[in-house]
Amino acid sequence: MAQTKSASASGRKPAAKSASKTASKEFTGKNTPEFGKEDDLHAYREMLLIRRFEEKAGQLYGMGFIGGFCHLYIGQEAVVVGMQMAQQEGDQVITAYRDHGHMLACGMSPRGVMAELTGRRGGLSKGKGGSMHMFSKEKHFYGGHGIVGAQVSLGTGLAFANAYRNNDSVSVAYFGDGAANQGQVYESFNMAALWKLPIIYIVENNRYAMGTSTARATAQSNYSMRGVGFGIPGIQVDGMDVRAVKAAADEALAHCRSGKGPIILEMLTYRYRGHSMSDPAKYRSKEEVQKMRSEQDPIEQVRNRLLEKGWASEDELKAIDKDIRDIVTDSADFAQNDPEPDASELYTDILL
Amino acid sequence: MPIDILMPALSPTMEEGTLSKWVKKEGDTVKSGDVIAEIETDKATMEVEAVDEGVIGKLLVEAGTENVKVNTKIAILLAEGESADAIGSSAPAAEAPKAEAPAAEEAKPASASVPAQPKVEVAADPDIPAGTEMVSTTVREALRDAMAEEMRRDGDVFVMGEEVAEYQGAYKITQGLLQEFGAKRVVDTPITEHGFAGIGVGAAMSGLKPIVEFMTFNFAMQAIDQIINSAAKTLYMSGGQMGAPIVFRGPNGAAARVGAQHSQDFSSWYSQIPGLKVVMPYTAADAKGLLKAAIRDPNPVVFLENEILYGQHFDVPKLDDFVLPIGKARIHRKGKDATIVSFGIGMTYAVKAVAELEKEGIDVELIDLRTIRPMDLPTVIESVKKTGRLVTVEEGYPQNSVGTEIATRVMQQAFDYLDAPVLTIAGKDVPMPYAANLEKLALPTVGEVVQAVKTVCYK
Repeated sequence: MAQTKSASASGRKPAAKSASKTASKEFTGKNTPEFGKEDDLHAYREMLLIRRFEEKAGQLYGMGFIGGFCHLYIGQEAVVVGMQMAQQEGDQVITAYRDHGHMLACGMSPRGVMAELTGRRGGLSKGKGGSMHMFSKEKHFYGGHGIVGAQVSLGTGLAFANAYRNNDSVSVAYFGDGAANQGQVYESFNMAALWKLPIIYIVENNRYAMGTSTARATAQSNYSMRGVGFGIPGIQVDGMDVRAVKAAADEALAHCRSGKGPIILEMLTYRYRGHSMSDPAKYRSKEEVQKMRSEQDPIEQVRNRLLEKGWASEDELKAIDKDIRDIVTDSADFAQNDPEPDASELYTDILL
Repeated sequence: MPIDILMPALSPTMEEGTLSKWVKKEGDTVKSGDVIAEIETDKATMEVEAVDEGVIGKLLVEAGTENVKVNTKIAILLAEGESADAIGSSAPAAEAPKAEAPAAEEAKPASASVPAQPKVEVAADPDIPAGTEMVSTTVREALRDAMAEEMRRDGDVFVMGEEVAEYQGAYKITQGLLQEFGAKRVVDTPITEHGFAGIGVGAAMSGLKPIVEFMTFNFAMQAIDQIINSAAKTLYMSGGQMGAPIVFRGPNGAAARVGAQHSQDFSSWYSQIPGLKVVMPYTAADAKGLLKAAIRDPNPVVFLENEILYGQHFDVPKLDDFVLPIGKARIHRKGKDATIVSFGIGMTYAVKAVAELEKEGIDVELIDLRTIRPMDLPTVIESVKKTGRLVTVEEGYPQNSVGTEIATRVMQQAFDYLDAPVLTIAGKDVPMPYAANLEKLALPTVGEVVQAVKTVCYK
């Protein structure tokens, strides 16, 4: 049985089609679960860390400290933070190349990530991976992949290993609306459904695959329905609202852990910056970006709630902001001053 | 303290640009994310966003200025409460990032700054104890036995692919494995090479040891991205944290009369990739010992078999645990007049040619490379030092073949020992034709090998 649900707490209405009206339980603006104070404060901090980190990365790129490609996650922070808040120790995460936010949410060190961006020896991959390629066995983060869609099959392999070991862990595989058109995604869907593998497929639908809008790229823009042909249920989620993400994640994780196989979460989200640092983003209007920023910003939503409910004062939020800025500044200082890898590293880590 | 706003690099290649427009003026308050200026690069007009909050204290570069170098100070931002007077104490323009190598260093010859590639010693074949029983075995049985032994030894080893379980293997290589190990460890996949190769690599990254069978390596082209970009490169990209202990195996190269799309030898393709090991055995003993080694190897191994060899019999030593070293060639026959290097099915031509040449009084040393990567060049060079003549034999296409690689490296490392140019025998430079006569013409022949050896011997 394939079903499509909707979860929306704010502005952006999920594009629910008639086929999705059969949902057994709907997350709507009315019943999106509220966060308590601790959850909201946690989400605020985590999302702010990603936002400030990415801004700093953009700045270091501009200064020439970071080279090549650099894809920023600004605007999409609620997706990884909400997911991570629901996951348990041992659950694996894998994504494509817009990956800094995922790594920070997984608890990987800001210094290690930033130093990898600058290609220094203290980077998480010793400077040999770069922005798109970092990994952490300890934090169960499996990359960091540069070929669009490849991480979906790899993530399915992680889920295969969980099923093989019968270990109760769930693999969380992120991909964009662009990758959702790659063939191997559907090869993976088929096997994951066939073998009931514990995997959450997360489509981060930020509306643009590089410069191509979903309207110009896909015949079915409701990505939560992409599993229908395989019997994989899907939920469309307001990915700008961290509470909606967390609620959907709880449900999806429970689904996977109960042995029912894969599930798709389509996160309706938005990237504020260009596809990469060299993208002027001429394919959309400034007004569109501004509207998202001013009306649905994931961090502002939490910030406003914290103030409204009296869970934090302006001063307390300022203190958090300063704390985060200090962490980010420290990581940037480290990343600028750490030496480049020793030349002998050229020939290491090719074979074991 | 005032913050310097620098001319940003806005593409991987940008060195300078035109500051076409200021969006903010002096005295304006900016928040992080606000557009402050527009800059024209060689590729596009880009907006520059503020990173820090504050008040624009001074614009240092006029709108419309061309050729502004990256990292030039273009404006000064004052923090809350600071006055423009603070500008005087602003730090000097940021130094160019230390990461950028000075131009002089770039001009140095590569040899001066590139460290030498480390040499890796590979163990010799294990000694087979005197009196060990030799059992006539087909390559097919040897491969099956290798997988079964390793699956008994390690619960993390499993085999997946099309028709490997219930059908007992499209070429019967996995015969009996389902019965012994069950469906959890002998996994039938749909026809979906790209997908199951990726699943195999993902499972390997998490520590399992998959044997991924391709019904033939022709179909693995659907999956080659996962083999190369995911399996081979992850260890390096992760700084050694995470690799993929996986074996990709199946028949490779031409079978018989199956046409162009089912008849290609991929040995030279995979052999180009750092991070992969590439094994291509000829005998059943090598097939068994090397497949067991491949399964135990912590690296991704491409294991290239051949359908025509599957049914051939060879002696295999009856030992509890017969494992051979990957990366070591085997001297198939000692000789003194010329050296032939071959591997896989190429050996069938070489073996026959050696027998013919023997009748004509030419004593050939025949080396079976067995592993294409890492390549055991020292064994080849030792032989060339003795014979001074070299012929390579393979079925693959002639351009950028394994033979041309060997020829290049022997020329570079043993030039003074060569008494004749190295000759390379390969398949012809055509897609495989279907017609029986044309197919024969497209493959190497024993006659070509014999003639090549005579040529290098000037006979």
